[in-house]
Amino acid sequence: MDHLNQPHSMGTTIIGVTYNGGVVLGADSRTSTGVYVANRASDKITQLTDNVYLCRSGSAADSQILSDYVRYYLHQHTIQLGQPATVKVAANLVRLISYNNKNMLQTGLIVGGWDKHEGGKIYGVPLGGTILEQPFAIGGSGSSYLYGFFDQEWKEGMTKDEAEKLVVKAVSLAIARDGASGGVVRTVTINSEGVTKNFYPGDTLPLWHEELEPQNSLLDILSSSSPEPMVS
Amino acid sequence: MNLMDSTHSNPMSLCSQADSQRTLYPYVTGTSVIGVKYKDGILMAADMGGSYGSTLRYKSVERMKPIGKHSLLGASGEISDFQEILRYLDELILYDNMWDDGNSLGPKEVHSYLTRVMYNRRNKFNPLWNSLVLGGVKNGQKYLGTVSMIGVHFEDNHVATGFGNHLARPILRDEWHEDLSFEDGVKLLEKCMRVLLYRDRSAVNKLQIAKITEEGVTISQPYSLKTFWGFSAFQNPTVGAEGSW
Repeated sequence: MDHLNQPHSMGTTIIGVTYNGGVVLGADSRTSTGVYVANRASDKITQLTDNVYLCRSGSAADSQILSDYVRYYLHQHTIQLGQPATVKVAANLVRLISYNNKNMLQTGLIVGGWDKHEGGKIYGVPLGGTILEQPFAIGGSGSSYLYGFFDQEWKEGMTKDEAEKLVVKAVSLAIARDGASGGVVRTVTINSEGVTKNFYPGDTLPLWHEELEPQNSLLDILSSSSPEPMVS
Repeated sequence: MNLMDSTHSNPMSLCSQADSQRTLYPYVTGTSVIGVKYKDGILMAADMGGSYGSTLRYKSVERMKPIGKHSLLGASGEISDFQEILRYLDELILYDNMWDDGNSLGPKEVHSYLTRVMYNRRNKFNPLWNSLVLGGVKNGQKYLGTVSMIGVHFEDNHVATGFGNHLARPILRDEWHEDLSFEDGVKLLEKCMRVLLYRDRSAVNKLQIAKITEEGVTISQPYSLKTFWGFSAFQNPTVGAEGSW
């Protein structure tokens, strides 16, 4: 009976990467309740302001309510400040709620955005409410499979395209190995020019070890290939 | 509903039951901090690791920070709680400065403040999950003390937290002496940090050494230590007992 009442959890792979001029945020799209995939096309990259977005992982409920509160506070802050909120302020608001409710919340977050004072910035706010500014951040259950990948592939001062390709490759690798991550890869790129959202469905992603090219049907394979396709 | 205040200080929080307001376990943790008194002041060392359980997740965490003009604080344990302590101390120093009376809080006072904070949280079963090392110099007087998450506090010529208690303090007991030069102090700390690197699995090879003297605080740039693996016994450890380790 336990598996019928599991909370919605976004197993997840989330990534935030800085590049020369801005940031690229990426995430998978799987939300599971226990072993069932409740939503296979979730959007885990949530807007906080025009120039700051949040990658959510862990408990879906906790991360949603937290982002709602931060959006609300940031909205007021922007009005009172008279200019767009900085990424640092957004990240610190996320930290404040995370830290002060550490006993109840189970959500790891990555805050990313661009402001005119500091340019593109990424802040990690893991469980417990620590805040760490990083050149890149990874989070969620799928991130376990990416530490080695980033140790090898990360470099400072990438171009926008290099950064986006890196993020898509990484999320795709994590999806291949993490049962709690899956679906499509969504990215959000934020820089001085604004925000660009991209969507990479499964069939546009590269194939990894032991994965096969998807087919419509066995019948297509049988009809197109040479004799003896059925091996006994 | 006020989410911005901590549950223990605000009655109108997400949950009003007293029992749910207790820290049960840390998430992102730092390992040992070591501190020694030397000729001109205090030397302190800590690596830059932030572990997440058994994963060495963050490798650029600064676990030592200057406090006011006269003190240096190093912390092991939960990083989010250390960051919160820094905020409390920010406020403390701010109010101290606002008196504008020429006086300033010295390391002894900061240590005392931290002791009260840590002990009072312990009494509410909601500790700040840290072991702190507080060092400083004021008016020529050197000070080095430590406070744990349960409020145990004392001063000494050399202190350490976590694994450092077991691995570094015996070395310091043997080799520390009054009026160490800066060079000897650094070498002594590096000797301890190297042992910790070999034997503490939460240690990372990226550390900083901080010094505090009458003139002020300097925290070194991050650097790595060389390690030695060239023992002949390491080449063939199971010769004579195949299958062993």
